[in-house]
Amino acid sequence: MRRYLRYTGQFAFFLLIAAFIGYFSNQPVYQQTPDGMAQIKLSFAHGAARKVDCRKLSSKEIARLPANERRPNTCARERIPVHIQLMLDGELLYDAQLQATGLSQDGPARTYRKLIVPAGPHTIVARLRDTKRGSGFDYEAERQVTLKPFQNLAIDFKADSGGFQFR
Amino acid sequence: MNMARLMLRRGFNVAEGVLGQVFPPAWNPMLNLGALGFFFYWIITVSGIYIYIFFDTGVLNAYASIEYMTHEQWYLAGIMRSFHRYASDALILVMMLHLLREFARDRYRGVRWFSWVTGVPIMVMVFVAGISGYWLVWDKLAQYIAIVSTEWLDMLPIFGEPIARNFLSPDALESRFFTLMIFMHIAIPLIALVILWVHLQRVAKPRINPPRGLAISVFAALIALSLVHPALSQAPADLAVVPGKVGLDWFYLPLFPALETLPGSLTWGMSACLLAIMIAMPWLPPLKRARPAAVDLANCNGCARCFHDCPYNAISMVARSDGTAFEREPAVNPDLCVSCGLCAGACPTSMPFRRLSELSPGIDLPDRTMAQLRDLTETAARNLTGTERIMVFGCDTGPDLAEVSSKSVGVVPLVCIGQLPPAFIDYVLSRNLADGVVLTGCRENSCNARCGIEWTNSRLAGERDPHLRARVPRDLLRTAWVGATGGRQLHHALQALVRELKDADVDVRPAPAVKCPPTACEAVDA
Ligand code: HEM
Ligand code: SF4
Ligand code: SF4
Repeated sequence: MRRYLRYTGQFAFFLLIAAFIGYFSNQPVYQQTPDGMAQIKLSFAHGAARKVDCRKLSSKEIARLPANERRPNTCARERIPVHIQLMLDGELLYDAQLQATGLSQDGPARTYRKLIVPAGPHTIVARLRDTKRGSGFDYEAERQVTLKPFQNLAIDFKADSGGFQFR
Repeated sequence: MNMARLMLRRGFNVAEGVLGQVFPPAWNPMLNLGALGFFFYWIITVSGIYIYIFFDTGVLNAYASIEYMTHEQWYLAGIMRSFHRYASDALILVMMLHLLREFARDRYRGVRWFSWVTGVPIMVMVFVAGISGYWLVWDKLAQYIAIVSTEWLDMLPIFGEPIARNFLSPDALESRFFTLMIFMHIAIPLIALVILWVHLQRVAKPRINPPRGLAISVFAALIALSLVHPALSQAPADLAVVPGKVGLDWFYLPLFPALETLPGSLTWGMSACLLAIMIAMPWLPPLKRARPAAVDLANCNGCARCFHDCPYNAISMVARSDGTAFEREPAVNPDLCVSCGLCAGACPTSMPFRRLSELSPGIDLPDRTMAQLRDLTETAARNLTGTERIMVFGCDTGPDLAEVSSKSVGVVPLVCIGQLPPAFIDYVLSRNLADGVVLTGCRENSCNARCGIEWTNSRLAGERDPHLRARVPRDLLRTAWVGATGGRQLHHALQALVRELKDADVDVRPAPAVKCPPTACEAVDA
């Protein structure tokens, strides 16, 4: 009798452990994005203009350089920040001055942003300034989109392909 | 740290006790955690090799190849896939319990730091291996893992281009990351296996295989789970859609929601702290350790019993250095010795009968010597009264001896019951120091010094040197392997022995005050 009780106990133990493992191996479900919301993922790497413009070297200056370093222009390496704005239905969703990367601030400015917005129709305006102009933007794109729930809309920026890309 | 350890120890004692009610000691899963870990490791390896045969290593076709296994070839590849997943989950379970249990029993400080510290990278690697494995399915969960883990890595200022940009949109997806993951998923478990081998370097005869009955039961449970609840993929990954709802494997990914939502400085800082604390734990604070075993060559004949009985490979037999005719002598490595005393219990010169010379065995614990042990025994015996006097030998990690101590029950504490040479039992009974002897300690198969109970049982049974002499009446001797919480069971064992002593014929007891037979004494005193 006692023996059967023990067998039953062992069986119950393994049942319990198997159920525990089976359940927690994929439950409970984790809700990463709330229902009815979509995501705009803004990410790009872009180098803005140099802080100091390139300057033509005079022929005397060129002559003074070692032979293997002679070049027509001289450029300071530091870049100005990239100014980026994202508007959703006329409201500013994201507005940032992105510093250039690299030790001497000569690399591209980078961003990677996830913005959770309600699903549905929206007007998205993206703007970017990468020159030293005081106001206004060098690139601007406007899109009418209808975001489905859980849709991921990627916005990239590539200057040589004409600016903002919505994917 | 002390509080946490004590509370955990209580928890484990209860769990081990409850399981001890339904499992025989050798099978108790709670006492086989390390061995079960290895068992799951082998299952994961074999099932992994099988499903790799059918796995398409390109990111675009991987999902379909796994769907094929699960649905078309469900009877083999599908089951293997379930094995692979569930054995991995079970590995986390037993590994974390094993880790907590070693902590709870304070078996991670002192010279045991080595097993603990080598365990830490194994733990990290097991997690990384599991996470990379879920990546390979390239379903919603894989997408979630890919995004969260690359975003987390991007929070460290070491990568130029954010690597999470690889998963920005469907057209950004490339196979190179996927290939890296496949490589990691195979390489990391292999490296972990090498470290596991290192993990066991300081443990003599580690138990890496669970007893067959337990292995079969666990295997059967895995098959049942795989049939009833096969491992399935979630919807295929699609970078145009966020993984809004994902079923997480909470064994491997419990921290992912936190990684995603908390600031990187916090999550990286906390991970680094946790890892640093785990590595430093054996010294937080360091164990106030007893001195290691010491050899006394004047009393050593080089028989190597101590060498064979040390559970921590702390003794090596080296060339004799004292000019005597013996070939070898034991050398104790103090960095490996946990001061358990099993060597002293094995030494043939640990003879309490010795009177002519001092009781000084060939190997002994300087802080708990055999001579002290005999003094304790004799003192305890002097205070005993009545006709059913019982002497209890018990180890520090066993039940509380003070609770059973009384006018008719004398108690003698030892580091580990394996420290007790069987000659002490003979000594107590033949010198009429008590009418019965009880040995108690940890639960069977869960000896704190790993082998103390096993060696004691086989010494009593005459299967291992030194034997308990044949003349010792076995019905006057009881063992009670009941563990720290087994006070009540020990009490019952004592009562049962008292009852039997009362009922027994007078002549089962040795005649009072038998003198040690000359042969036994000569052997050691000569
Ligand atoms: C896959 C994971 C692991 C496996 C398969 C494993 C396996 C084992 C085995 C078989 C033993 C020997 C037990 C014996 O025979 O008495 C052992 C000892 C030990 N393990 Fe692990 N282990 C794993 C992970 C860990 C981790 C993560 C830690 C802690 C961070 C750890 C800490 C220890 C300690 C401290 C001991 C020594 C116990 C003693 O000295 O008596 N192990 N392990
Ligand atoms: S005290 Fe224990 S660990 Fe140390 S040498 Fe003796 S048997 Fe080995
Ligand atoms: S058991 Fe004793 S006699 Fe034998 S080698 Fe070890 S110390 Fe020497």
